[in-house]
Amino acid sequence: MARMKFLCDAERCIECNGCVTACKNEHEVPWGVNRRRVVTINDGVPGERSMSVACMHCSDAPCIAVCPTNVIYHTEEGVVLHDKDGCIGCGYCFYACPFGAPQFPNGPAAFGARGKMDKCTFCAGGPEENHSDAEFEKYGRNRLAQGKLPLCAEMCSTKALLAGDAAELSDIFRERALRRGKGFEAWGWMTAYGKDKEEAK
Amino acid sequence: MKPRFPLGLPAAVAAFVLLAGCSEEPQVVQYEQGKYQGKTDSRPWEGGAFNGDKTAWERALHDRVRSQNEYRRVE
Repeated sequence: MARMKFLCDAERCIECNGCVTACKNEHEVPWGVNRRRVVTINDGVPGERSMSVACMHCSDAPCIAVCPTNVIYHTEEGVVLHDKDGCIGCGYCFYACPFGAPQFPNGPAAFGARGKMDKCTFCAGGPEENHSDAEFEKYGRNRLAQGKLPLCAEMCSTKALLAGDAAELSDIFRERALRRGKGFEAWGWMTAYGKDKEEAK
Repeated sequence: MKPRFPLGLPAAVAAFVLLAGCSEEPQVVQYEQGKYQGKTDSRPWEGGAFNGDKTAWERALHDRVRSQNEYRRVE
């Protein structure tokens, strides 16, 4: 059985935020809530790196461990989903998650209420009938049941963000790394133009 | 002396209504540690386009994953 994962290639991500836009549009995610976002390290400095981050669908997910109502679960494909009907909005999952994936669209409200937790579903919907209105309203589109991958990865222009079975993603990434080399071989003038900058003058 | 209205029946009704509150079911969910308590989810290949055909679903997904490798796609 497949073990679904995301893989973001930091050498390729150009911080276009296309994945963020695609996710928000596909699932009609409200203002102020980002199931996915792009994080840039050393912004503006040569060699800066960007990464697209969402729920990483951990194999040993801390959110599942801390949920007091036990409504977060793993599907057979390794996707971490949750039942919004049983969510009490305590926010424990938010504190436990190392990636800041859980979002609270209805908070903060009066008396510190947060509402139901919302997060990336790997475009796999949730515990409602596949393709039903209830599923779309609560969890967003179920692309996995349509035989498709998450839209953020499928529309990534540089194919920095990959999604799918972990073993197959490893094969793709391995081949990519072998072809392009590593470190300064992987980006910059030499890779783009094949000559040293001084020689090219 | 006999009372003008029979008091037994209203007293019985009042006692029944008052005591009905005592028979209320506990409204607190009993959580079981470490076990999913939410609604069951249907699998991706159940219903919709694949109609329970798991092999077809896996093949469709495999093709999608492979198509992310542009080295293979252009060759």
